[in-house]
Amino acid sequence: MRLLTHNMLSCNIKGVTKGFPLSIEVQKLDTKETDFNPDFLRNIIPKLEWKAFHDAAVSVGLNDIPEQVDPVMLEYTEFLQKFHHALLEVHLEEGALICPETGRRFPVTKGVPNMLLLEDEV
Amino acid sequence: MKLKQLESMLGDVSQFAKPKIDLEQYPTGPHIASRMVYMAENSFGDISGKVVADFGCGCGTLGIAAALLEASYVVGVDIDYQALEMAQTNMEELEVEMELVLDNIQDLSWRGPVVDTVIMNPPFGTRRKGADMEFLSAALKHVQRGALRDLKAKTAEVLCELRYDLPASYKFHKKREVDIAVDLWRFTI
Repeated sequence: MRLLTHNMLSCNIKGVTKGFPLSIEVQKLDTKETDFNPDFLRNIIPKLEWKAFHDAAVSVGLNDIPEQVDPVMLEYTEFLQKFHHALLEVHLEEGALICPETGRRFPVTKGVPNMLLLEDEV
Repeated sequence: MKLKQLESMLGDVSQFAKPKIDLEQYPTGPHIASRMVYMAENSFGDISGKVVADFGCGCGTLGIAAALLEASYVVGVDIDYQALEMAQTNMEELEVEMELVLDNIQDLSWRGPVVDTVIMNPPFGTRRKGADMEFLSAALKHVQRGALRDLKAKTAEVLCELRYDLPASYKFHKKREVDIAVDLWRFTI
């Protein structure tokens, strides 16, 4: 699971109103190189919850993502490369995603988050 | 990439070893998968450079097709972990990246308008009535924030009729292979 996916997922248990962002518990990370595409990065920024992305980056050990994003940064290749790496190249292989409201753990196994709910959670 | 080339590459995608009838698991063959995704890209520009989700991805055929046509980010969702393991193997085989999420399409709650395009070969609702509409409704809900109203698509059109070349997959299938005429739909919001 990469951080763009993390930025989309929220806890879907019935009755939960603040199920986003899920906090990340890391057991194992992996890094896989992908093509650098500045246009894609510029287009995706307005769709991200930046704070959640920043915090997620910190929890996978990346401390070079600024707390706030400024349009001017989009002109800097150095920033875009760091952003690219954090968003698209770091994979959470083993660990868990934790609901901020209920503390429910959604395990991540072999890179796949298990968001399936139990019967009493639907 | 040409259509023929895409179809041939998708020929390497392995399908369900033991399909589950309650989930209406049927393979999306290379013929139909390549035509669906190729048309989405060539006629509408819905794939290349986009965030694409494959709902009920099964072994990952459509998502992989999207990745081959240069989608920037592909997320496949399925309720069946074994199908996702197969999808993982297929991704490695074809050397593409795709995110996989284990979830029930009905319970999906994704934040915001991250996904540009949802592609899917949903269940037809032959086992559980209405399963097809649940998939459609989830897809429309997740391509744009606030589209929570029931099936409030701006446009819905049948693009073409395709031949769903379905090999015998279950014991109750008496013929070796049947061609089913299916429609390819496109919805926009």
